[in-house]
Amino acid sequence: MTAASPPEILRAPLVVEFPFTRSLGPVQSAFLTGLREGVVLGVTTADGKVMVPPVEYDPVTAEEIRDLVEVGATGTVTTWAWNGSPRRSQPLGTPFAWVLVRLDGADTAMLHALDVPGPDAVHTGMRVRVRWAAERTGAITDIACFEPAQPGDGDGAAQAAPHDGEFADAVTGIVAEARLDYTYSPGRAQTAYIAGLSEQKTIGERCPSCHKVYVPPRGACPTCGVATTDRVEVGPAGTVTTYCIVNIKAKNLDIEVPYVYAHIALDGAGLALHGRIGGIPYDQVRMGLRVEPVWTDGGRYPDHYRPTGEPDADYDVYKELI
Amino acid sequence: MPDTTRHAREVAVVAFAQSDHRRRTDELSEVEMVMPVLHQVLAQTGLKAGEIGFTCSGSSDYLAGRAFSFTMTLDGVGAWPPISESHVEMDGAWALYEAWVKIQTGEADTALVYSYGKSSPGSVRDVLTRQLDPYYVAPLWPDSVALAALQAQALIDSGETDEAALAEIGARNRASASSNPYAQLSGAVPQGDYQVAPLRTGDCPPIGDGAAAVILAAGDVARRLCERPAWITGIDHRIEAHSLGLRDLTDSPSTRIAAEHAGVFEGPVDTAELHAPFSSQEVVLRKALGLDGSVSVNPSGGALAANPVMAAGLIRIGEAAARIHRGESDRAVAHATSGPCLQQNLVAVLEGDRA
Repeated sequence: MTAASPPEILRAPLVVEFPFTRSLGPVQSAFLTGLREGVVLGVTTADGKVMVPPVEYDPVTAEEIRDLVEVGATGTVTTWAWNGSPRRSQPLGTPFAWVLVRLDGADTAMLHALDVPGPDAVHTGMRVRVRWAAERTGAITDIACFEPAQPGDGDGAAQAAPHDGEFADAVTGIVAEARLDYTYSPGRAQTAYIAGLSEQKTIGERCPSCHKVYVPPRGACPTCGVATTDRVEVGPAGTVTTYCIVNIKAKNLDIEVPYVYAHIALDGAGLALHGRIGGIPYDQVRMGLRVEPVWTDGGRYPDHYRPTGEPDADYDVYKELI
Repeated sequence: MPDTTRHAREVAVVAFAQSDHRRRTDELSEVEMVMPVLHQVLAQTGLKAGEIGFTCSGSSDYLAGRAFSFTMTLDGVGAWPPISESHVEMDGAWALYEAWVKIQTGEADTALVYSYGKSSPGSVRDVLTRQLDPYYVAPLWPDSVALAALQAQALIDSGETDEAALAEIGARNRASASSNPYAQLSGAVPQGDYQVAPLRTGDCPPIGDGAAAVILAAGDVARRLCERPAWITGIDHRIEAHSLGLRDLTDSPSTRIAAEHAGVFEGPVDTAELHAPFSSQEVVLRKALGLDGSVSVNPSGGALAANPVMAAGLIRIGEAAARIHRGESDRAVAHATSGPCLQQNLVAVLEGDRA
């Protein structure tokens, strides 16, 4: 047992990406399909208010609204903010203004980007028009951005006109791509655990109150709610406390099925960790089997555990750890 | 005696603790950051975790990029044998609301509420875009500062503030934070360059990691645990339409309605702890809550001095309560917000027994 010393802080990049596939209802489908076709649609509420972009339910009455109307591709800036340093994935890579634009014929405003050379070229009340994206797929980004309106733009487009919302090959879903970048730091306890693994040692931490040894340690005893500060090397051998036979091959997994996945109580540990059992036919793995870790070259954790050849552990020795 | 007859049971904040709020805490996992705060708040009451009737936490996995991170921080409570526990993917102020409801039902007499945010692993401006409408808004990645800047410009256009007045709000909050040892920013902080104009660095909250915890107790239990309990005489929360273009960004009707239901306007308040991460949002909240110059607004420094996302709202309730505990306030209003441009707002009234 050793007292914890200040660990070197580990860090690693962590990228989380997810493509959410979302279905569209009739209103959102009509709006996004319309953008693909170069038409901006809104909805009319029961009291005659035109909402662009359209919502499916009245935000005041919660009544369903379906009455589509076409509005202009020109409008008026209702508020703005100058973005001098565009961030990844934003509509323009050069400095631009964020704007809320009330399109001609609409009573509400939509958020988008405005392409102007600088903050002096934008003001509330300014007239703007849609700049369509070169390739349109049925997404809000089919509007590449807004740009200053030119003389003559928007003439006669002040009224919303009924629209049936029917288009050939309607867009019924979008894929919303998202990516977030993190720098992961595992904290004091897990840093010590990972540092131990680099020397092919398994390091747990003992609770100063109940004396249980947690492996892998997470820094706290969930029973006592106190920090686990005393480091303890456990294993390397351990006992299979329970197991299952996996018959379904996971994607990208280079292990033949069936194989055994087990809970293994390393000697000295107060709870079992997970690991794959190898070096023995799957149907001969049993509770109480004594196993030891097998490290592969360059492996940062045991590849699997194999039988040690010792006699099986007595049930009473590990029954509290199942 | 404050009027606590509005609800079935008298409930008070009896203890509050928070971490030092820091730009980075790389050496700490989330539970390692939260646990000392839990120990501090329990020590204030002498209660052990197993004696708490209900535990509720608030956090968001998106901040640190870790799935189900709240289950890990629960280790810091001591959740075995099993405890009655819940979690909200929201600021801890909403976890406090859930705990308050639990006590109102009679199912618990005490509650431990905690929340935390570890923003340093990611880019919080980008992370917060993932809470926006995924069809029309999130694909444009408008960050939290950009959306607040649209609101600020709307306020400037309406004549309700200007950039100089916003700078004064930032300066006043950080000057107040000089007496707050937990604050991340305090004293004279340069106003800095535009982040997204009209907002400058000084109008924006610091990005940092932090945690907070509160203990609630009912009736005589509260009187036993705390010399001067901070009675929650009213609490309410409201939400506005999600589409920014539908809203009047210069006003916050949800705050006003929540305040009416919480009883804010039924008597004078001496203290207001407002969760206004941007200077311009303080302008909106002061108007919605009808606060005049007689009210001490954000004596802690507010979110402009420390804004651990998901904990900053709970801290406002805790700071207001702590002032009552210390005898520095008799009737305080605490406010928490969530979402872009003050989309969701929670308002609580806290009162101390009069001598």
